[in-house]
Amino acid sequence: MLSRTADSLYWLARYLERAENTARLLEVTHNLSLMPVSADPAAELASALEISGGTELYRDLHGKAGSKPDPGTVLHFFVFEARNPGSILSCLKAARDNAHAVRGSLTAEVWESVNATWLEMSRLTPEALDDMGAGVFFDRIKERSHLFRGAAYGTMMRNDAFRFLRLGTFIERADNTARMLDFKYSRAALPGSASLAAEYYQWTALLRALGAFEAYQAFFHDRVRAEHVAELLILNPVVPRSLNACLREIAEILPQIEGDSGRGAKRLATELSAALAWGEIGPILAGGVHDWLNEFLDRIDRLAEAVHGGYLASA
Amino acid sequence: MSILIPPAEGLYDELLLASGDARPHVKGLADWLRKTGAARFERKRAEADLLFRRSGITFSVYGDAEGAERLIPFDIVPRVIPAAEWQSLVAGLKQRITALNRFIHDIYHDHEIIKAGVIPAEQVFANEMYQVAMQGIDLHRGLYTHIGGIDLVRNNDGNWHVLEDNLRTPSGVSYMLENRKMMMRLFPELFARHAVAPVDQYPSLLLETLRDASPVDNPTVVVLTPGRYNSAYFEHAFLAREMGVELVEGADLFVRDDYVWMRTTRGPQRVDVIYRRLDDAFLDPLAFRPDSMLGVPGLLAAYRLGNVVITNAIGNGVADDKSIYPYVPDMVRFYLGEEPILHNVPTWMCRKPDDLKYVLDHLPELVVKETQGAGGYGMLIGPRATREEIADFRKRIEAKPEGYIAQPTLSLSTCPTFVEEGIAPRHIDLRPFVLTGKDIRIVPGGLTRVALRKGSLVVNSSQGGGTKDTWILEARDAVADR
Repeated sequence: MLSRTADSLYWLARYLERAENTARLLEVTHNLSLMPVSADPAAELASALEISGGTELYRDLHGKAGSKPDPGTVLHFFVFEARNPGSILSCLKAARDNAHAVRGSLTAEVWESVNATWLEMSRLTPEALDDMGAGVFFDRIKERSHLFRGAAYGTMMRNDAFRFLRLGTFIERADNTARMLDFKYSRAALPGSASLAAEYYQWTALLRALGAFEAYQAFFHDRVRAEHVAELLILNPVVPRSLNACLREIAEILPQIEGDSGRGAKRLATELSAALAWGEIGPILAGGVHDWLNEFLDRIDRLAEAVHGGYLASA
Repeated sequence: MSILIPPAEGLYDELLLASGDARPHVKGLADWLRKTGAARFERKRAEADLLFRRSGITFSVYGDAEGAERLIPFDIVPRVIPAAEWQSLVAGLKQRITALNRFIHDIYHDHEIIKAGVIPAEQVFANEMYQVAMQGIDLHRGLYTHIGGIDLVRNNDGNWHVLEDNLRTPSGVSYMLENRKMMMRLFPELFARHAVAPVDQYPSLLLETLRDASPVDNPTVVVLTPGRYNSAYFEHAFLAREMGVELVEGADLFVRDDYVWMRTTRGPQRVDVIYRRLDDAFLDPLAFRPDSMLGVPGLLAAYRLGNVVITNAIGNGVADDKSIYPYVPDMVRFYLGEEPILHNVPTWMCRKPDDLKYVLDHLPELVVKETQGAGGYGMLIGPRATREEIADFRKRIEAKPEGYIAQPTLSLSTCPTFVEEGIAPRHIDLRPFVLTGKDIRIVPGGLTRVALRKGSLVVNSSQGGGTKDTWILEARDAVADR
């Protein structure tokens, strides 16, 4: 496969996954900001900005000294803002552009799902969003993302095109899960940061955002505790958005890609996957979840670079 | 119930006779058009629009600020050619493309047609499109035009004429294929009742033709596109996909040790045949335009060594230029010793003093074209032009006579077309696609373009033209329900 094609497929999947993750993140913070237990709704929204790394840009665009983020403005920033590369619309546009560039490597149904998503969402106005309600909109984004994955899964040949799509999905997803977990962890760790009820809501919201709430109940039959959440999202092999599950997929996909390129990426993925597959939560908690996650984010970054060097920009 | 608006007097309509009755071979189609209500057509057209848009069958228009993608309007009334008539067009197309291929070979080798005095030397060698780099290069099978698009029109006397030869990167074949798919989807009942010759074998014939172009066994074929901002990008992607070959951009290819390679996830892979949809000038920044970001440095050197095949060949532009066009019938006679089956439109060459005088005296009745123009730009349609436009063109012609040719204003044939006022006659042309490899292959069909504005003769998609499905109707049981 052409390196450029692989690159576009990989980024197509990453951008769609990112759009979905943003919708999930917003859904949670949006809901939390409406909670009576939330002492400070603005802080919830600010957290969305921090997790996504958009705080600075937001401040540049909307910041007035001392002002707290306004819910409507933040929502707009995450959904529509063209200057925010992480906004849902920016992601959908980038995904659509990448899909357009490799139209020939996609099945008609995959292309149509991506193109129709972009056509539909690009016509959305802030008024229409208000009208439909943010919750309906987030559901819509998640549905479109499911549709893309379903169309890919159901219609694409199991060849390298399919593999680079999946690779993009899981690298983006692992990165996102690690960021979200890290953020909640560092906030919960602050002394006196929240009441018990608020903490409960925080952790539940995170689980729901990652589609892992039911899984938590199934595995722990216990009230929601930070260390259990960490274990579930880092080490659980069957929760689809856990780091272990993502890395398992990545380590499985890379050796299936035809040819002998990307040895560095394969090695890093195997090492990282093994560390998660055979890891235990005790040492992670003892060494500090935050430090562990930062180290992980570093390693996933290096893995993404190795994928890039090995396949996507080959001479 | 729909009403078929009859053609104006003096025009040739593809479906209706002057009396308003249908021509015999399309009687079934005309009955169906009359029986079907406008509301159904409207619904079907909306459905087609949605399907085209969703599948991304769009083109971009140069100069459009947003680079916006538009749909080429698709008309739901097919244009029909009886099989017997098509057979004679095919014979004419084969003859013409053969002569043109011989001509290009000749002007880059022994110049026999020039020595014989059939075509003046300056018409060839002073032509901007003549590529000195091609002199003496021996191409596999001596072929230059592997894919040709010959634009045909029917005049009001019912006779066919060649309007233009496209020997560089003719486009539009994807619309031929997609329009057929769309028609079969919208109106399956029509195909049950008519023996319409299939066209969907085109991509596999194209691949065969491209393989034939290379001396290598089992050659690696790629489609080279300028990129997705090109107006015909959809088609490039479509053809690559239908053939199952890579769609590459210049940056995907590189030349090493005089061979061409593409960058893949498995490392470099050799490329044997490049079906390029990129103009000569952009192919190789080392040989042509140095500012081209679209080409492949060193490509020409590899090509000249015979290490890669480029289709169509470099330097074809000299043969489909409007200033060479008037000589094509002579080429047929010279190279093949045959009388041309397809006729040219009578053409005045403004570089000739007598012709120039005639043209300047008759501007209000003529069509004047730039010899290098394309896409319906740089053209004067005398009878439709304002006095200012004519005066302006007169100045331009006087300033550079060799840059212009003139032709009588043809009354292009019309075909019923679903427009606002109903099903009304609109002018059309036809571009069949001619593939030349081991032998010449022409799928029964082509791209029919239609000028959607009433009375307009400009069918180009960049100027408001649309397209139709083109049916070659087998003679047998053409109308089964008769």
